[in-house]
Amino acid sequence: MALARPSDFAHASAPAPGTFNPAYIQVKNFSFYYGHNKVLHSLALDIPERQVTAFIGPSGCGKSTLLRNLNRMNDLIDGVRHEGDITVGGRSIYDPLLEVIALRKRIGMVFQKSNPFPKSIYENVVYALRVAGRNGKSELDEVVERSLRGAALWDEVKDRLHESAFGLSGGQQQRLCIARAIANRPEILLMDEPCSALDPIATSKVEELIHELKKEFTIVIVTHNMQQAARVSDRTAFFYLGKLIEYAATPDIFMNPKNPQTEAYVSGRFG
Amino acid sequence: MPPVAPTFAASPAGPSPDTPKDPAYTPPPEPSFRPAGESWVWFTSMGLAIGLVMILGLLGLIISNGLAVFWPKPVVQVQLVEGSQAGIRGSPTFGGEHVKTQEKRVTQLDEDGKPLPPAYEYQFYVANRDAYGFSFKYIDRKEVLAITHPANAIVAERFSLGTAIFLPRELRPFESAAIPGDSPEFIPTLERLVQAGNERRREIRQIERHQIGAINRELSRLHLQRRALEHGPNPPADAPARLAAIDARAATLQAEFEGLAARARQLRERQAADTLSYVTLSGAERVTPVAEILDFTLPNQLGFFGKLREFVVRFWKFLSEEPRAANMEGGIFPAIFGTFVMTLLMSVAVTPFGVLAAIYLREYAKQGLFVRCVRIAVNNLAGVPSIVFGVFGLGFFVYMVGGSIDQLFFSLSLPTPTFGTGGVLWASATLALMTVPVVIVSTEEALAAVSRGSREGSLACGASKWQTIQRIVLPASLPGILTGLILAMARGAGEVAPLMLVGVVKLAPTLPIDGIPPFVHLERKFMHLGFHIFDLGFQSPDSEAAKPMVFATTFLLILLVVCLNLGAILIRNHLRKKYKVSTF
Repeated sequence: MALARPSDFAHASAPAPGTFNPAYIQVKNFSFYYGHNKVLHSLALDIPERQVTAFIGPSGCGKSTLLRNLNRMNDLIDGVRHEGDITVGGRSIYDPLLEVIALRKRIGMVFQKSNPFPKSIYENVVYALRVAGRNGKSELDEVVERSLRGAALWDEVKDRLHESAFGLSGGQQQRLCIARAIANRPEILLMDEPCSALDPIATSKVEELIHELKKEFTIVIVTHNMQQAARVSDRTAFFYLGKLIEYAATPDIFMNPKNPQTEAYVSGRFG
Repeated sequence: MPPVAPTFAASPAGPSPDTPKDPAYTPPPEPSFRPAGESWVWFTSMGLAIGLVMILGLLGLIISNGLAVFWPKPVVQVQLVEGSQAGIRGSPTFGGEHVKTQEKRVTQLDEDGKPLPPAYEYQFYVANRDAYGFSFKYIDRKEVLAITHPANAIVAERFSLGTAIFLPRELRPFESAAIPGDSPEFIPTLERLVQAGNERRREIRQIERHQIGAINRELSRLHLQRRALEHGPNPPADAPARLAAIDARAATLQAEFEGLAARARQLRERQAADTLSYVTLSGAERVTPVAEILDFTLPNQLGFFGKLREFVVRFWKFLSEEPRAANMEGGIFPAIFGTFVMTLLMSVAVTPFGVLAAIYLREYAKQGLFVRCVRIAVNNLAGVPSIVFGVFGLGFFVYMVGGSIDQLFFSLSLPTPTFGTGGVLWASATLALMTVPVVIVSTEEALAAVSRGSREGSLACGASKWQTIQRIVLPASLPGILTGLILAMARGAGEVAPLMLVGVVKLAPTLPIDGIPPFVHLERKFMHLGFHIFDLGFQSPDSEAAKPMVFATTFLLILLVVCLNLGAILIRNHLRKKYKVSTF
């Protein structure tokens, strides 16, 4: 049998519009431990393709941990282990035949604190292509323009692509990180509190961007800001103490929560 | 049980400030307006101040003593009192450069056994070692009648006999009539002859060093070829013909050698033809070939700018020339160059080695007991006495590695060792080993300081761990790595003890890098500033005369270390600017 390739994900076979997979990412009875400390308790949820799914909950509820498990970023930490499974497009991300690097190439990630590399804007955007060994000048130029346009940054930086990324403002740096994450055309975009360090204007730009990106990418966003979750997401999952309390369409969570804990949290009574 | 009420309210039974008559009551102390701990701030600043004073004192002492060597001093002639026996071989006068005035060590007593008021004595640098047998003279102040500054006193730097201080008498050029010392023609003619002599010396050197040297190199190569043909395991069929060709070539070279040697001999004879007759300040008359004089000045006629010019000229000569007369005269260029090459080679060796080790320790090794032990061992390596590394370098690099290289690649020239003896390569390798802990420790710290955000950002882009280290982590930690290298260089450049075992010599005839193919000669022995200081101070025939040179060489060693470090610091600052961490 030939080695399975990451493009075996169901998404790659371009489904007809309107027929997106409602369970593109499936978290199946997933538990996660830091050493002896169980931080995620038998979670189960399906994340739909090309929609925005928001994870909300008070600090330490495990929403970031789950997000970082989706591209196996937690593997870097010593002494972690998991039970259960996560599949993307029907394929387990823990499949031993699937290289973690190949997985991460299909799943882009934007971090809480913008983390541009100490390189030029151009080199930041094409980083994923460079490490994949793609160095063709015309291809890179095209990817830079497409990604920066996709991140709504092109007009602001097109004249200084070869200057250091550290010369950008905080909001621009975060959008640069988004451009970097989408440069390699991943299928999924994970966002770990992408706006928590931004001012309101930069935040609204990033939120508009999320609306745009939804057309192309499956987006999972962790946020502390409930208004933001209500504004940008299609579905919302509420976590508390490592358990999934409620998961439903966003309007239902905010207007008509089933669980009293959810209601207490979204109305600002705790958390 | 109900919660106990907080008890910060004064209990009615206890003493209160309202009842000062209570004998048990002591009023609270007056509030102090001095911030607590201020005296300790003073204490810490004192520590820093003492440190600064020591460092500045050290630098000041070495710089002033080191540079004073090159400043021309006036020449004085000392007239002794009538009947004094303190002169040089009974002479009524003597002279030289005044070095210092000091109180006499031995307290003299009067007839009643009471100590007399302190007596003073002068120290003079009288030079003319060949005439007197010593260079310095102490003289009691009571013996001195008068001190004069003869305007026509000449200080001459000579090729092999050290400095001479004299009054001119007569110049006897080979090609023209004698010129008396008081003639206006005297100084220009002397200058011309000295220059001509220097040019001839350069030519002799060119012939003996380079042309004859090239012939010798080819002869020894022919010798090796002959040995290979005669003693080789399977001699080729045309061996006799090739041997004959070798002999013919050797004969041609021999003839060339004779020609060059004759030319050199002729030049040497010409060198002895111009003579100068002079009188030392103690009145002895002497004759010397003019060619013996390298350079001369009339210090008593120099103004400030003349002295400054002389200072610069002497300093430059010290920097650029080779040592002469058992290292006591001339310059120290080979030592500067040797130190520089060795430090550079050491840096080239230690950086990749230390950085790779640190990357494995920090990024890949599973952190546990074993890695902790390795880390402790590496840190302790930095504390091992340097002579131990010298012995290790001798045993491992020189005898084992170098000996094996000789066996494998240079077996024809054995038993003369090529790499199996101390050399600049083995010295650099030994120092690299000695300084590798510094690089490992600072690289590890630099790697640890690279933010998690950058690493995760790179991994999330689908980079492998090695790609992340190579493209993100290493560039960001370069400034820290360079800091380690700077520390390593500072330690390595100043080290002497291990070098004595693995390749430093008192006088190296050749430089480790020169114009003879293959240009870089890593097997050569070399000179080193630190060892040069030791050699001048403790091994020279006249340590009193070598003292100024010791200071000047020390000054240059410090200057070299500062320059090397400055270079590394400039590179580091440039990198810091390039890879500065996001301020956001």
